Amino acid sequence: MLQRLLSDNFIPTADAGVGALAVSGLSVAYHQRLVLRDVTWTAPARGLVAVVGPNGAGKSTFLKAVLGLVPALTGTIEVYGRPLKRQRALIGYVPQRESVDWDFPVSALDVVTMGRYGLIGWGRRITGKHRAAAMQALDRVGMADFAHRQIGQLSGGQQQRVFLARALAQEARLYFMDEPLAGVDAATEQTILAVLRELDAEGRTVICVHHDLQTVAETFDHVLMLNGGLIAAGPVREALTEENLRRAYGQRASGLLLGPR
Amino acid sequence: MNIDAVTFLSVDLPALLAALFACLSCALVGNFLVLRRQSLMGDAISHAVLPGIVAGFLVAGTRDTLPMLAGALTAALVAGVMIELVRRLGRVEAGAAMGVVFTGLFALGVVLIEQGPARQVDLDADCVLYGQLEAILWLVPAGWSDLSDPAIWATLPRQVLQLAAVFTICLTIILIFFKEFTLVSFDPALADTLGLKSGLVQHVIVALAALAAIAAFEAVGSILVIAMLICPAATARLYTDRMGPQLALSLLVGGGTGVGGYGLAAFGPSLLGYDMAVNAAGSIAVLAGVILGLSILLAPRYGVLARITGRAVRGVAA
Repeated sequence: MLQRLLSDNFIPTADAGVGALAVSGLSVAYHQRLVLRDVTWTAPARGLVAVVGPNGAGKSTFLKAVLGLVPALTGTIEVYGRPLKRQRALIGYVPQRESVDWDFPVSALDVVTMGRYGLIGWGRRITGKHRAAAMQALDRVGMADFAHRQIGQLSGGQQQRVFLARALAQEARLYFMDEPLAGVDAATEQTILAVLRELDAEGRTVICVHHDLQTVAETFDHVLMLNGGLIAAGPVREALTEENLRRAYGQRASGLLLGPR
Repeated sequence: MNIDAVTFLSVDLPALLAALFACLSCALVGNFLVLRRQSLMGDAISHAVLPGIVAGFLVAGTRDTLPMLAGALTAALVAGVMIELVRRLGRVEAGAAMGVVFTGLFALGVVLIEQGPARQVDLDADCVLYGQLEAILWLVPAGWSDLSDPAIWATLPRQVLQLAAVFTICLTIILIFFKEFTLVSFDPALADTLGLKSGLVQHVIVALAALAAIAAFEAVGSILVIAMLICPAATARLYTDRMGPQLALSLLVGGGTGVGGYGLAAFGPSLLGYDMAVNAAGSIAVLAGVILGLSILLAPRYGVLARITGRAVRGVAA
């Protein structure tokens, strides 16, 4: 642990006193329907954050709006105290696996290298240094042996690990992940969870849409609960209460936390 | 078969070069349409621009590329707005709106050609479908030895020079922004989070496709444009899993079918003893289709045959 803190990867949080992410008055509409209303939230200085809520609660929309991928009606987004547009280099994104065409003729290494395009610069060649960094990221998720495999020939879990490696290759400080644990095998789940904890230990902020309420407490430190707006936010123990769950999920909430395991 | 040098140089060589550059341009930009599953877009562009090309021709009174290009681009913009309108007002999916608009505009173009003043001049419906490769003549060189003079290449017919220029433009832009085009085609959301405006790049891709289609249109006609936007890229995809080889292979298939199809059309019938030649653009398109068909059947990994035998082998193993 100490070694990790002393390594090059460690990002001191002292200068991040402003908070990795400050969302203020964010409202988003899709097709003239209000999906998110007036969300104001500041990311905690440390700890993994889970974004939870029922289907259609606006979890993915929240991520996309914060990233500027869908237009916001109102609200401001600040990343480390500055507008998002000036801080793109600090942000990494792991979209849902279904968001891309896995038949595309690229290898796992190609996809991970894409994470470094911002660092390489537009219109510039990919150098060996960046390929090496991409390879290292693949190795970190246990996918180095599959570097030259076409992405469609990987299993769902392996594809998810490639997406995570791509985000690692970005060397961002603030990560957004859309259900990285959805439908993956046990080995992949262990790898991803380990990487998430490493990122946290390195002082990076990880904000993760998470579907499975039962595993929130064992993996995450903070919760951002949404359902068309902000329901609750805070440390898991304080925010993930029966009362809040009922407000987010309705009557179906009973037993969501203690369901069959 | 007996062709003399002067006939070949004045009739066949310019047509061959025009076909080659038209095929190369369309094959290259076609990759990004096929890989983004927007093959229909190529179809739509090459049909929708027809009334614009005819209008440009009527206004300018000449077959220069610039007025026709301006007309085509205007038509493309109008088509874009109309597709969006039909989609919203008619509440239909984008593909259906596209289908309605581009066939409508194409029909309008044909009506303009058949009824309008274009009838009096050399623009007709055949030329729209098949182009007029055979009408591109290069009367300057008198023999093979003339080709060694670099200056003579500048006297190539306008269509050939334009197609060469368009291919050079497409190739240069795609080589410089290869990594950006690949990123936006594969994952536009990541591009946006990295600060690369994916919408802008997508517009550039469609604009390049329109440029290649419009430039090739006059020489080889709409059928070949559509075939070349789709067939070479789709064929290449069956043989490779990487972007670089994908583009290189599509150029090889596009260029190869361009030259091979022209050769078949011009010299094939006489080899068989018929005293005639068949339409070049048509035979290039047919050849491209045949190669794609054979590849779908026989490609080593993704071909139908390989999949069936692969399954059988796995079945036996299990």
